[in-house]
Amino acid sequence: MASSSYFSLSVLFVAALGFGLAPLGLAWLWARVYSPPKPNAIKNAIYECGLESKGDAWMGFRSAYYLYGIIFLIFDVEAVFLLPFAVAFTGLGAAACAAMLVFVLLLVEGLAWAWAKGVLTWQ
Amino acid sequence: MAVDQNLKIELGKQGIFVTTIEELYNWGRRSSVWPMQFGLACCAIEMIATTMARYDLARFGAEVFRPSPRQADLMIVSGTVTKKMAPQVVRLYNQMAEPRYVIAMGACAISGGPFKQGYNVLKGIDRYIPVDVHIPGCPPRPEALIQAFMTLQKKIDGQPLTGEGRPRHLDAEAQGEFAVPEQGEHDLEPTSNKGVWPVPITIR
Ligand code: SF4
Repeated sequence: MASSSYFSLSVLFVAALGFGLAPLGLAWLWARVYSPPKPNAIKNAIYECGLESKGDAWMGFRSAYYLYGIIFLIFDVEAVFLLPFAVAFTGLGAAACAAMLVFVLLLVEGLAWAWAKGVLTWQ
Repeated sequence: MAVDQNLKIELGKQGIFVTTIEELYNWGRRSSVWPMQFGLACCAIEMIATTMARYDLARFGAEVFRPSPRQADLMIVSGTVTKKMAPQVVRLYNQMAEPRYVIAMGACAISGGPFKQGYNVLKGIDRYIPVDVHIPGCPPRPEALIQAFMTLQKKIDGQPLTGEGRPRHLDAEAQGEFAVPEQGEHDLEPTSNKGVWPVPITIR
């Protein structure tokens, strides 16, 4: 086994692992033995701004928010494409124009669909 | 076992470095105090100046101002503590990691300062939480804050790991929770924390 060319590598690996884990283990031991934890309700509160914590951190967000977010993101990205398109508009060929129109129409179609589904009205 | 100071110096001259776990441990603790990042009034400007390049608190290992009490072990109460703000300060102190230390910076934080006669200002944060170093001044200069910091470092250095006067985190008995005052009808209730602040007796 010692003759394998990977032997020295594995020794180094174990040493590196020990080098990383030993301080962590020592710190953990030190904390366990010497540093008694002093938890209390205030210390364990979730909010850290000095104000009193109210309720739980595990609360639900409404899914309507995500739909809004996705639609916003799509048109945000579209604006990034539209800007160079508008700047280079006069020098563009018919093919480039058509490609851009297809792209915009696809997005508009999505918007129309979302609108028809009633996503844009916040209940 | 303590090594004789003279022997230590003599050994040092020969290139032998002698130390104890306690010394090493406290050296590490005092060289990496992380203050909490919050300022209350004009004194905070001086505290900010202390951390900047000219006064450079980083020389003492304390430049990492943490925006969360969970990661901080030094609270610099820099400025006027109004009665509206006091509960928040005490709550933040409660949320800090052990062992925690407090520097009360400026006349306001130690006594109410220029607003002592006011109805709305707490007359010293040491009524609610134990303060390690008080610095007077309105505001204290950055040098004063640095001196307070060095005083705190000396205090940390002098804390034995066992027995009387050991740091709070090594002491299971040390008080962990300090009551957060509430807004009463006329004043904060209670007006001071028992065991933290001996209510002075006025003799007329
Ligand atoms: S002690 Fe003076 S400088 Fe500091 S917060 Fe009070 S009024 Fe401002």
